[in-house]
Amino acid sequence: MNLTRRDLLKAAFASGVSIALPGLDLRAAEARGNERQKSLIVIWLAGGASQLETWDPHPGTLIGGQTQSIKTKLPGLEIADMYPRVAEHIHELNVIRSLVSKEGDHERGTYLLKTGYRPDPTLIHPSLGAIASHELPDDKLEIPAHISLLGSQYPARGGFLGEMFDAFKIYDPSNGIRNLKARVGDDRQQQRLKGLEVVSKSFQAGRRVQVENTLHQLTVERALRMMTSEQLKAFEIDQEPQAIRDAFGDTQFGHGCLAARRLVETGVRAVEVTLQGWDTHANNYEGHKTQAKELDPALAALIHDLRQRDLLASTLVLCIGEFGRTPKINGVGGRDHWPRGFSCLVGGGGLRSGVVIGETDTEPQAEQDANKSTALPHDPIEVPDLFATILRQLGVEFDKEVLTPIGRPMRFSSGKPIERLLA
Amino acid sequence: MRWKLLLPGVVLLAIIWLVSFVTDQPLKGVATEESARPTADLDDSVQKVNTFFARRWASEDLQPVKTAGELSVLRRIALALMGTVPSLEEIRAFEQDSGPDRLQRWTARYLHDQRYFDYFAERLARGFVGVEGGQFIVYRRDRFLNWLSGQLAANRPYPELVREMIAGDGLWTDEPEVNFVMAGYDDGEGFNKNKLAGRAVRAFLGQRIDCAQCHDHPFDHWKQNEFAGLAAHFGQLKLSPVGVREDRDLKFEVEDRHTLEKKVVEPAVPFGDQWEPTEGTRRERLAAWVTHPENRRLERAIVNRVWGLLFGRSWIEPVDDLPDPPGEQIAGPNVEGAKHPKALKAGEPDLLDLVGADFREHGYDLRRLIEVIVASKPFLLESKSEIDDAQRLDRMKEHFAIFPLARLRPEQIIGALYQASSLTTVDQNSHLISRFIKLTRSNDFVKEYGDLGENELEDRAGTIPQALLRMNGNLINETIDAKPFTASGRISQMSPNAERTLELCYLVCLTRRPTSEESDYLLPLLKKVRPNQRGQAVEDLYWTLFNSPEFAWNH
Repeated sequence: MNLTRRDLLKAAFASGVSIALPGLDLRAAEARGNERQKSLIVIWLAGGASQLETWDPHPGTLIGGQTQSIKTKLPGLEIADMYPRVAEHIHELNVIRSLVSKEGDHERGTYLLKTGYRPDPTLIHPSLGAIASHELPDDKLEIPAHISLLGSQYPARGGFLGEMFDAFKIYDPSNGIRNLKARVGDDRQQQRLKGLEVVSKSFQAGRRVQVENTLHQLTVERALRMMTSEQLKAFEIDQEPQAIRDAFGDTQFGHGCLAARRLVETGVRAVEVTLQGWDTHANNYEGHKTQAKELDPALAALIHDLRQRDLLASTLVLCIGEFGRTPKINGVGGRDHWPRGFSCLVGGGGLRSGVVIGETDTEPQAEQDANKSTALPHDPIEVPDLFATILRQLGVEFDKEVLTPIGRPMRFSSGKPIERLLA
Repeated sequence: MRWKLLLPGVVLLAIIWLVSFVTDQPLKGVATEESARPTADLDDSVQKVNTFFARRWASEDLQPVKTAGELSVLRRIALALMGTVPSLEEIRAFEQDSGPDRLQRWTARYLHDQRYFDYFAERLARGFVGVEGGQFIVYRRDRFLNWLSGQLAANRPYPELVREMIAGDGLWTDEPEVNFVMAGYDDGEGFNKNKLAGRAVRAFLGQRIDCAQCHDHPFDHWKQNEFAGLAAHFGQLKLSPVGVREDRDLKFEVEDRHTLEKKVVEPAVPFGDQWEPTEGTRRERLAAWVTHPENRRLERAIVNRVWGLLFGRSWIEPVDDLPDPPGEQIAGPNVEGAKHPKALKAGEPDLLDLVGADFREHGYDLRRLIEVIVASKPFLLESKSEIDDAQRLDRMKEHFAIFPLARLRPEQIIGALYQASSLTTVDQNSHLISRFIKLTRSNDFVKEYGDLGENELEDRAGTIPQALLRMNGNLINETIDAKPFTASGRISQMSPNAERTLELCYLVCLTRRPTSEESDYLLPLLKKVRPNQRGQAVEDLYWTLFNSPEFAWNH
């Protein structure tokens, strides 16, 4: 006997607080351009990528190291020569070369660059993806609205919005999702679920409100919905034509970016794809060359693919890490943590494109300690302003004040949108 | 050569002997009836708490729900104190115990159990030192836990523990309480005295003064310079690779946030100057101030925390941000004022003061404190009610006129799962192999289930990964497997009939018997299976019970 997911759910929750099962809304998934709800893809460069070996090279200077630059499709913009393919598409996005923060530690920097707030001992702020999925719900979605691919030490969290908004963590999408398959055949699964309905009902007697507040039933329903959802196909990147898979690169990260595109296409609100390995305290140049072999094709293919499918106007792409790396090259050819003037790419989702913001000194405080330096790059951009820009563009009231569980009111973002990036 | 033929038999006998040896070992650490008597003269203290609630409920116009059945209270006690459900063995003994004050005696019995020492030490340590990782922190945390577990076993007066944690000097290994200072580690940033000071004040005095490290407290009165003065008490603490000592030459410097200039800050306390002695090291002086009998914040904080660990919800939330003790307004806005949900009515005593004073007057006896709370009316109430009005229920929950539902911690889920996979009591001494499995598997499970860290007392709802893990995860699947030595296997083989099978599964998993509606549905399923499918049927039943909200929530 082969039950459909509808049968299973009907059997399981015929008399519970059963929620109506919306079908796959193909029209919504097919909507394009401005018609489409906004989504967010964060390419997370864990460990902190060097601005000098990515989007802000300074060849031939004291600080430039071995990295050369190449021209891009955007007149006047040059990036590190390790990124020939990104150079072909970077004009679709914007470059900020003057991000500044005070957090030079991985955990604290990650916190700031994922939430837009500095760590606070009394509460945890929600990440961008959590805010987006909280504020822009979609009941047609049967898989989680906030997904983290390839994991990282500090995945995006729901913070004070609740654990329901934590990113759903999938360590390797090509290996399938953990705990997603029922352990027994349909007959037994159905029997188990029917039993569960009976036992849950007796617990609900006299506890209707309390049990509803636990979301137990709802999470079980959503887990069941997910287990049998057609939308899981979004993870099946082998359904893609070989040419597209080749374009993203046959790497875990390439698969992750391709999955992210498929997820967004399915209606997932926010996807974070992590690329580890940027913490190059030694052999920075070689390390970044290795990293670029994965990032260059995957990021270029992602932008290209979103454009091809007319999804770029509705998908914000942010490529960022917790900080940049020191202008000074240390004794073992490495660069250390540098939060005072680093780069990111941001674009899509209806933002303007081709804007380059900020400029770092070619011979800055190379001798200075990253933590002591108070010198700033030209036209410094504070992280909260970047976050306000992204939230606003997603259609979230970025300065909305919410009451946190400890009774302290908190804005989604404390920054102001960067006008130059808004269309 | 004939002995070679005997070899398999000898090995088999040896295995049988070993298995029976390890399973029949007397349970060390489980107290005898003698030592585990309830503390004498609890009644007055319990009565005080009950009177407080009777008045509070009357003034809030709330009717408390009925008293819960004793078995469900036993389940709460086991979960709160030992992180597991009662075993079938314990349920049987409890039900055969016809003496008076059975719950009080069983509370005392659990409070003398090794499982309580270890589990409750871990719960308290969350508040004291947090859950931060990092290899050497894990190692030190382990030493700290062993120490704390030993203190609970010896039931030492609480202020003595606090003094040792704050002021202790010595080696990480010889004086494990000094590992408290690891609460000042910031992953990657190294040791941070401000963080340690903030943690100490939160953990022991229940005040989130650490907000004031960067800005004045959002709605309390703490000022930045008050925080700096407190933190300066840790200013001469010196860490070495082997331990902690005090270095009188060290100065405590703070960077002015505006001028970025460093200035030396001398130790100072924000209130109660007269409690701080002039003698001793800075940390000894701080410890004396924190634990001074007139510093009611100490007793109020631990009462609120223990209350939270027992109910899954502290009296005042968050657990470590308490208003000033009544009548001891320091400065700033009146936090006793009407805005606070626990605001006092005119002439009404404060619960934390009342239980705190009782705790102090009885020698700061943690075991007794738990006995008092567990025997008081709110702990004995049902978690259900005829009332269906969400707002009214919220108020009942706020004033503990109903037992609150609380999500079980992942360790409690594992503890309950393991206990439910055995018919006898699984404790620290039950055999080593299963303990090893427990350690390795449970950590993975905790990770996947999501550890709430030190914020474990916050109101949390379930998540989808948790539901998936409970339904389809390895641990559950292996636990319910009906093998010869698992509970499900034994129940399916040994029960004389389907009624008995059903009852045993319910007792083992949910600490209760099935309702008639449940029997009506589930019994026919058990009855219709062929004998060779009985194992499967019990597995399915186990799965169902494990996945019910009743299993995953304390009620």
